[in-house]
Amino acid sequence: MSKNIEAKDLNIYYGSFRAVEGVNMSIKKKTVTALIGPSGCGKSTFLRSINRMHEVIAGAHVEGRLELDGQDLYGPGMDPVIVRRQIGMVFQRPNPFPTMSIYDNVIAGMRLNNKKAKKAEFDDTVERSLRGANLWNEVKDRLDKPGSGLSGGQQQRLCIARAIAVQPDVLLMDEPCSALDPISTLAIEDLINELKNEYTIVIVTHNMQQAARVSDFTGFFNIEGTGKPGKLVEMDETKTIFSQPKQKATEDYVSGRFG
Amino acid sequence: MTTTEVRPEPRTAKPVTQLGDRIFAGSAKGAGILILVVLAGVAAFLLTEAFPAIVAPAEDLPGEQNLLLYIWPLLFGTLLSAVIALVVATPLAVGVALFISHYAPRRIAQGLGYLVDLLAAVPSIVYGLWGVGVLAPASVGLMTWLNTYLGWIPLFAGPVSATGRTMLVTGLVLAVMILPIITAVAREVFLQAPRLHEEAALALGATRWEMIKMAVLPFGRSGLVSGAMLGLGRALGETMAVAIVLSVSGVVTFNLVSSGNPSSIAANIALQFPEASGLGVNVLIASGLVLFVVTLAVNMIARYIVNRRSEFSGAN
Ligand SMILES: Nc1ncnc2c1ncn2[C@@H]1O[C@H](COP(=O)(O)OP(=O)(O)OP(=O)(O)O)[C@@H](O)[C@H]1O
Ligand SMILES: [Mg+2]
Repeated sequence: MSKNIEAKDLNIYYGSFRAVEGVNMSIKKKTVTALIGPSGCGKSTFLRSINRMHEVIAGAHVEGRLELDGQDLYGPGMDPVIVRRQIGMVFQRPNPFPTMSIYDNVIAGMRLNNKKAKKAEFDDTVERSLRGANLWNEVKDRLDKPGSGLSGGQQQRLCIARAIAVQPDVLLMDEPCSALDPISTLAIEDLINELKNEYTIVIVTHNMQQAARVSDFTGFFNIEGTGKPGKLVEMDETKTIFSQPKQKATEDYVSGRFG
Repeated sequence: MTTTEVRPEPRTAKPVTQLGDRIFAGSAKGAGILILVVLAGVAAFLLTEAFPAIVAPAEDLPGEQNLLLYIWPLLFGTLLSAVIALVVATPLAVGVALFISHYAPRRIAQGLGYLVDLLAAVPSIVYGLWGVGVLAPASVGLMTWLNTYLGWIPLFAGPVSATGRTMLVTGLVLAVMILPIITAVAREVFLQAPRLHEEAALALGATRWEMIKMAVLPFGRSGLVSGAMLGLGRALGETMAVAIVLSVSGVVTFNLVSSGNPSSIAANIALQFPEASGLGVNVLIASGLVLFVVTLAVNMIARYIVNRRSEFSGAN
């Protein structure tokens, strides 16, 4: 239940503004790929184009090919709803549904796919997903309480549980730890390490140490100036990017000599 | 030494910032108290003026009937017309509001939004005239159809009024009247549904309608109830539209399509007050007291419904 992603000459637009240009990238299944780069270089934009969340913004659109195991996600007749059911997403700010209990949050996605599932199936999914997100022990006695009553770190793990409950092929994470304390951050990093056994993971992060700790591959995005499109400068194994990158810009960025 | 010299400064600075706070807190508190005083004043007036009618023996009252027997059909008519209005208007308002907030292209949405706000500003007498002049005659056919095919339901038992000035038409006029206010409130709360949660739903693979069910409607629920209550309040208290449209005989019946209907409290007061004197005035005010209590109760029940699940409201 894990798939390769292949971007071919991907251009991403907000209206007429080209935010990301000419991305060619291969993401292997069951690996963690980190996307790094300065603010505004289009990491989030690229990430959101992978599960077609980019186009929910008015005027936003994508050119080029994006393949999930060879299947063109932007092909004609491809329903974005179906794409999103295969590619889960965790946002920068934890966003459990405030009107739902912890239990209902976890099965929210499953309810969409499988309306007639039995109570026992839901129960199993809830336990499996919460265990998968390392949250089960903390919430198992209050599954009927609102998800918004949890701490920030717990809420983020709840969102991860919600995303993995539908067993997607790919899991996208946009700075999932940026609103969290160091301990919750470590908990999520450990979790990412476990999750990569089952999922292809793409994570955007501003934290170099985090990229170095959790990822197998790293892609460095850069932008030449405001109003210019962001580009993928270099992508390689994480240890290569951090020790002997091929591009000068990458080396400057990862060594903190940026700008 | 320097520290002791510096210290007085923040001390003098502090009250200055607090003054603004105090003025604001004071005026907010004052406004809150004022509302309570006005409410209490209205209640006191209604109680004192209704009191003579409440204690008077039945034979002294106009029409020589028990006060409760006098008010009951009016209360029934009030509630029935308002409930029809609410049942018809709320789903429509939710639909229109959702269309404006989540489906229509920006331009159309804006235009529709203005239109709805404009409709809310139309005086009720205009709706009343439209009801009696246009809707009533136009709906005779519909009511005949309802009576013919659904006549077994007591609501449409007939005989169908020839003028169309029935409870159903009154309810529909009220529905049109309260539609804008409910729509306006619903649109505002739907627009405020957090983008974060809408995206969460979409990212799970929800269709637009599923996203609305997951992230927009639950979020807007309490606001929607408030909007509906505003509408209900307006329908309960509506005077002119009911007075003009409804043909009244004073019977208590669920038959919505006949010409024999109970009046409503507000319309009855408006129609009877000019000729009322003595105890008659007190009787009318007593019916006003009932309307006051009903409106208050409706609002409290709505609050209760909203608060019951407030921990899931997303406000925290
Ligand atoms: N909704 C939007 N409408 C128009 N332009 C946008 C929108 N969101 C982002 N952009 C633009 O697209 C470019 C890339 O933004 P993006 O959010 O992808 O950057 P990022 O690399 O994720 O930055 P950060 O590290 O700060 O999150 C920026 O120039 C930004 O201004
Ligand atoms: Mg970003």
